[in-house]
Amino acid sequence: MTKNNSLTQKSIPLYPAKTKMQVTIIFLVILGFYLFSMIRTQEDMVGGISGALGNMYVVIEKFFPPNFTILSAIWDSMLETIKMAIIATTIAAIITVPLAVLSAQNITTFKPLYYLTRTFLNLLRTIPDLVLAVIFVGLFGVGVFPGILALTVFSLGILAKLISETIESVDMNPLEAMRASGGNVFQVIWYSLVPQVAPQFTSLVLYVFEINVRASVVLGMVGAGGIGLVLNQQIKFYNYPNAMTIIIVIFVTVLIIEYISNKLREALL
Amino acid sequence: MIEFKNVGLVYPNGTEGLKNINVKINDGEFVVIVGLSGAGKSTFIRSINRLVTPTSGSLQVDGEDILKYKGKNLRKLRTKVGMIFQNYNLVKRSNVFKNVLAGRLGHTGTLRSIFNLYSKEDKALAYNNLKRVNIDEKIYNRADELSGGQQQRVSIARVLTQKPNYILADEPVASLDPPTSHQVMTYLRKINKEDNITTIVNLHFIDMAMEYADRIIGMRAGEVVFDGPVSEVTEKTFEEIYGRAIREDDLRGGAEE
Amino acid sequence: MENLQLPPKPEKSLFKKTRALIILLLVLALYVWTFVTIDIDWGRAIERSINNFHRVIPKLFSPDWAAAGEVGEAMLETIFIAFAGSLMAAILAVPLAFLAAQNMMGGKVTSTIGKWILSAIRAFPDLILAILFVVAVGPNAFAGVLAIAIGSTGMLGKMFSEIIESIDMEVVQAMEANGANKIQILFYGVIPQITPEFLSYAIYRFEVDIRASSILGIVGAGGIGTMIIFASSNRNWNEMGMILFGIIIVVTVIDFASARIRRKIV
Ligand SMILES: Nc1ncnc2c1ncn2[C@@H]1O[C@H](COP(=O)(O)OP(=O)(O)O)[C@@H](O)[C@H]1O
Ligand SMILES: [Mg+2]
Repeated sequence: MTKNNSLTQKSIPLYPAKTKMQVTIIFLVILGFYLFSMIRTQEDMVGGISGALGNMYVVIEKFFPPNFTILSAIWDSMLETIKMAIIATTIAAIITVPLAVLSAQNITTFKPLYYLTRTFLNLLRTIPDLVLAVIFVGLFGVGVFPGILALTVFSLGILAKLISETIESVDMNPLEAMRASGGNVFQVIWYSLVPQVAPQFTSLVLYVFEINVRASVVLGMVGAGGIGLVLNQQIKFYNYPNAMTIIIVIFVTVLIIEYISNKLREALL
Repeated sequence: MIEFKNVGLVYPNGTEGLKNINVKINDGEFVVIVGLSGAGKSTFIRSINRLVTPTSGSLQVDGEDILKYKGKNLRKLRTKVGMIFQNYNLVKRSNVFKNVLAGRLGHTGTLRSIFNLYSKEDKALAYNNLKRVNIDEKIYNRADELSGGQQQRVSIARVLTQKPNYILADEPVASLDPPTSHQVMTYLRKINKEDNITTIVNLHFIDMAMEYADRIIGMRAGEVVFDGPVSEVTEKTFEEIYGRAIREDDLRGGAEE
Repeated sequence: MENLQLPPKPEKSLFKKTRALIILLLVLALYVWTFVTIDIDWGRAIERSINNFHRVIPKLFSPDWAAAGEVGEAMLETIFIAFAGSLMAAILAVPLAFLAAQNMMGGKVTSTIGKWILSAIRAFPDLILAILFVVAVGPNAFAGVLAIAIGSTGMLGKMFSEIIESIDMEVVQAMEANGANKIQILFYGVIPQITPEFLSYAIYRFEVDIRASSILGIVGAGGIGTMIIFASSNRNWNEMGMILFGIIIVVTVIDFASARIRRKIV
């Protein structure tokens, strides 16, 4: 954006004056809003930004060296997190199918149904995982069950949206051919839609699984089971070397899962 | 037998696709429909299997008015009327065999077809049809590994597997090169004669229409402006149908092949 | 049609068959392990839900309007955190993206290093970054800004580098042939090609960050999350209803606006 200014010296402007004007105004508005945001978010900070950033080394001092002796104790919680993510992703992947079909414009030609599903999914996607978790914990008490429910609902919104977009981009020609040869709705979907969507579907499910593993950190913080629970306890007791170990375990787990799912994805597509 | 009686079709946006069509197509005929792009050829052909629905008149297939058909009746009509498309319309990621077996969908129960439980006869039929169009050695290749001409042959095998009484072909050679075009038309013609399947083909190439058709129907602006046996057709006829002089690109060429 | 013949069986190599079988067994084992060892106390969950249902759900649907002002303020703070964070990330991501793109800085080595940095950043959940920054700069909104900024840099850097890798290199080569220097090529050949998509992704990231910054409050990094935690520990479900309402409105409006702006840009 700033490059427009450096071009103004030329006698014949490269961009019309109106565009230049608009870009400058937008740029100033963004800059202004940014400065304002920075000031507002730093209001409660003692010592100002320079002091705070200078404190960065404090983090290192407090968190390092990590206390790896607790590894065996946190192992079960990490596995629990993975299990929660597996179950939630599986349930979401199943429920997604009808929702994604109903919210794909090219398949659901009955408009009211399409708009209804689409609105429902959009609404679902506005609710943060944290809110879902506290509500479900409020309903079912602490434990993995509310955590799984929260993850399921959370990933459902994301997954259904992504898959309905995939469905909307398929080649409609084979569907027409199947219809023309007398296939009913289910046969048309199974024979010409499913083969086109299946690889992308699997890839998106893996992606949502990754998201769910990350999100389960949040869940643990409010009592919905998994590794987040342990992390929260350690931080509450200011036991930073232990917390660092947990953070490293999460980091490594996420990297491994991402690596495996990338390999699977390559094999599929 | 297919009979159009005063058939008209107005699209939702007000375009008149068909205007007062009166045509009778007898069993076993090989009819070619010619006309400029936008003349209404596709609309005509798609009315017969109700991919579009005429808004007036009556359209009879084997003596029954098909315009009221819904659900089961409609699917039954469509199993009887096979269709071939310009873009082959195969499922690109599925293999050739699965694509051809899909021709049996209308004859197969939903559950059976979902679990791929086709009868031995169905499988044999599909394989035999692949042999008829000489593409049986590609049976387990994915459809997107095949050339355009090969894909169109697979789609002919799919239609045959449907065991139709009628075949509709909407510009089946428009995406192919001249030699391949002739090959595909030769297969269609051969099937028409051997199995006595009534065949209606949309083409806009004059020379191909003359070479393969028994009868030619000319359309312009949603109306039938010519209908007669090939023997009555001259260059003048085409000039009347097209409303202009014949040009190079109205010919496919390559007939020697 | 009498002498119909069955098709030959498809040839599948033994390797492929065994591989498919092994994968199938592994997946099956994973599921069995998951469902057998997961520790769900069904009895308690059912009992609790019967007891709690009427205490929670109806109240969520009758929001406490008295809290509207406070929710509004907290939502504003959430927006500030997301905005400052995304903008910082959009700026930080640019050099990293150029580093990670294979067609820019030359060497495969730099590109691999860049990609590793980005994927390492992405492996930190936002909340963990927030924990670290809260310790560094204290429990305030600025910790949230920093967490969002770093977290988004990972994702934006990846997206940006993919955009750079997909540009039309012929334009660049033509300029090289004209004798343009590296800086000129950057400004006249590369930047015009990538700007619209960069902006579009940055704006999209702001959408994502609004959601992300609404949870950082659990660890003290400001925004509406702080209220969520208070409301839940006080079991004030009417207030939670108000919070939810505020979030839904803000997120919907911002998603809508962002989608429109992005459509205009690209
Ligand atoms: N789905 C549709 N909605 C509106 N108008 C259409 C539709 N399909 C075709 N038409 C119009 O109907 C006329 C006939 O089209 P078509 O049957 O496709 O002609 P042809 O196949 O001879 O090229 C054209 O004017 C075309 O624009
Ligand atoms: Mg047409």
